Amino acid sequence: MTALTHLTMAGALDGLAKKEFTAVELTEAHVRAVEAVRPFNIFITETPDAALSMAKASDERRAQGTAGPMDGLPIAVKDLFCTKGVATTAGSHILDGFKPEYESTVTSQLWRDGAVMLGKVNLDEFAMGSATITAHQGETVSPWSPGAPGAWERKIVAGGSSGGSAAVIAARAALGATGTDTGGSIRQPAGYTGTVGIKPTYGRCSRWGIVAYASSLDQAGPMTRTVEDAAIMLRSMCGFDPKDSTSVDMPVPDFRAALTGDIRGLRVGIPKEYRVEGLSAEIAALWEQGIAWLKEAGAEPVEVSLPHTKYALAAYYIIAPAEASSNLARYDGVRYGLRVEGGNLKEMYENTRGAGFGKEVQRRILIGTYVLSAGYYDAYYNKARQVRTRIKWDFDEAFKSCDVILTPTAPSTPFAIGEKMDDPVQMYLNDVFTVPINLAGLPAMSVPAGLGADGLPLGLQLIGRPFDEETLLRVGQVVEKAANFSAVPPFVA
Amino acid sequence: MSLDKATVAKIAHLARIKVPDEELESLAGELSQILTFVEQLNEVDTKDVPPMTSVAAQKLRRRKDEVTDGGYAAQVLSNGPETAEGFFVVPKVVE
Repeated sequence: MTALTHLTMAGALDGLAKKEFTAVELTEAHVRAVEAVRPFNIFITETPDAALSMAKASDERRAQGTAGPMDGLPIAVKDLFCTKGVATTAGSHILDGFKPEYESTVTSQLWRDGAVMLGKVNLDEFAMGSATITAHQGETVSPWSPGAPGAWERKIVAGGSSGGSAAVIAARAALGATGTDTGGSIRQPAGYTGTVGIKPTYGRCSRWGIVAYASSLDQAGPMTRTVEDAAIMLRSMCGFDPKDSTSVDMPVPDFRAALTGDIRGLRVGIPKEYRVEGLSAEIAALWEQGIAWLKEAGAEPVEVSLPHTKYALAAYYIIAPAEASSNLARYDGVRYGLRVEGGNLKEMYENTRGAGFGKEVQRRILIGTYVLSAGYYDAYYNKARQVRTRIKWDFDEAFKSCDVILTPTAPSTPFAIGEKMDDPVQMYLNDVFTVPINLAGLPAMSVPAGLGADGLPLGLQLIGRPFDEETLLRVGQVVEKAANFSAVPPFVA
Repeated sequence: MSLDKATVAKIAHLARIKVPDEELESLAGELSQILTFVEQLNEVDTKDVPPMTSVAAQKLRRRKDEVTDGGYAAQVLSNGPETAEGFFVVPKVVE
């Protein structure tokens, strides 16, 4: 039998149903795996006791015939989701000691459906980053890093901001994990770790109880090892929530049923503007390969144009910091988290925020404050929102001639910690293929498609029409099968 | 666009973030770099283009103006760094 930690969610559900093992056994195996991955600094908070009691309850439900669609599946939670009674840090010093009195809607739905929480995993501070290196709790190292744990030849990044989520499933220490994606924070780490990640359509998953970064862009989604598992987990995460004013009230399909493998006649858009400068030759070749796979399966590739692609990053780096500067105003040392005293209230605010926020977060708050300040609002913020409209129009136009769009997930294989980091603009280029999708509010996913010459994973991205996650998943599974990605990281638990 | 130290100090004050004087210079450089990068947006023709307010094709939902929640002050206060008698405590505001 396959080791319990190497099962897919679908496989684990099958084994549980057939009584080949219990949820407690499955969870115990994962709790040991969580301990084994400690050198990679993936978990901020481990919750083994809660996991085992949730697993026990799951076995009881199954015995009574009331098991839910994810019953007994051990997962990790990005430490951006509020979890009742369990520390929630957003990777920031400023949330020291914060234990929410409430549970985020998305995680409460996962527990409702029977999932088991292994703990809270690392991220870039407040989800601002592409490498999971900026958290107060330290950097996460990818299990793809060559060399023995702790004595790596190169410390490869897991991507970000959902790098802990990506690393934990790649290392076989959880069957899935929640992520959030504001500019690529699910898809880019999935691409960097050979895993699957979906950013659903804006409004699909409730944002309630998720620490906010940029509210008009933030969206939660599943990260798993297979497309089928992503379909299973996505179904539990989605759904209308009156507590989120941007949550969309529409039925949640059985995404797994969409995985028919039949994509005959489907038109796959290939955006010519994504052939950017700096795109590595091996990514370009993989992209061509992806087109060929879909063609073999009966789909029809069509060239599409997204003329404002090159402006997406610039618009993003105004809109996201602007929203962040407003969202992060709440961290003031009064109601939760860190407080650094000062002579008066204003000094207390400034001292708390100066000590509590890391450098990248401060940089983005300052940019956001500047672009929203009197005299600059029109020139920067409104201009960026107009460009955002044009980017959305580009996609509307493109989807008149295609049903789904295929692109690379990131312009290169993952870099090593310490490389590329001096220049913030250079760092932002990691997100060049993923950011436009958040600006347009569309669903997109990354599917592992191959390895680079350096032995590190490469992903392909699929972009869908609003609320058409089903086509996305169907095509994603065709790519997954054709790529037959079976590589495992040098370290697995 | 290039920001000077004084402007950075002013933004930091508006954002209520204490930035040590010795860091203002390098921060000014980093922020200027980002502002220069975003200047390319001026190449885009946005005449008569509405600024996006909602990415989803729906109007902001309204709810009835009624109390549906509350009555647990102790939980609200439970994470406060300093609380007393049902209140959050802050340094004196009025001199």
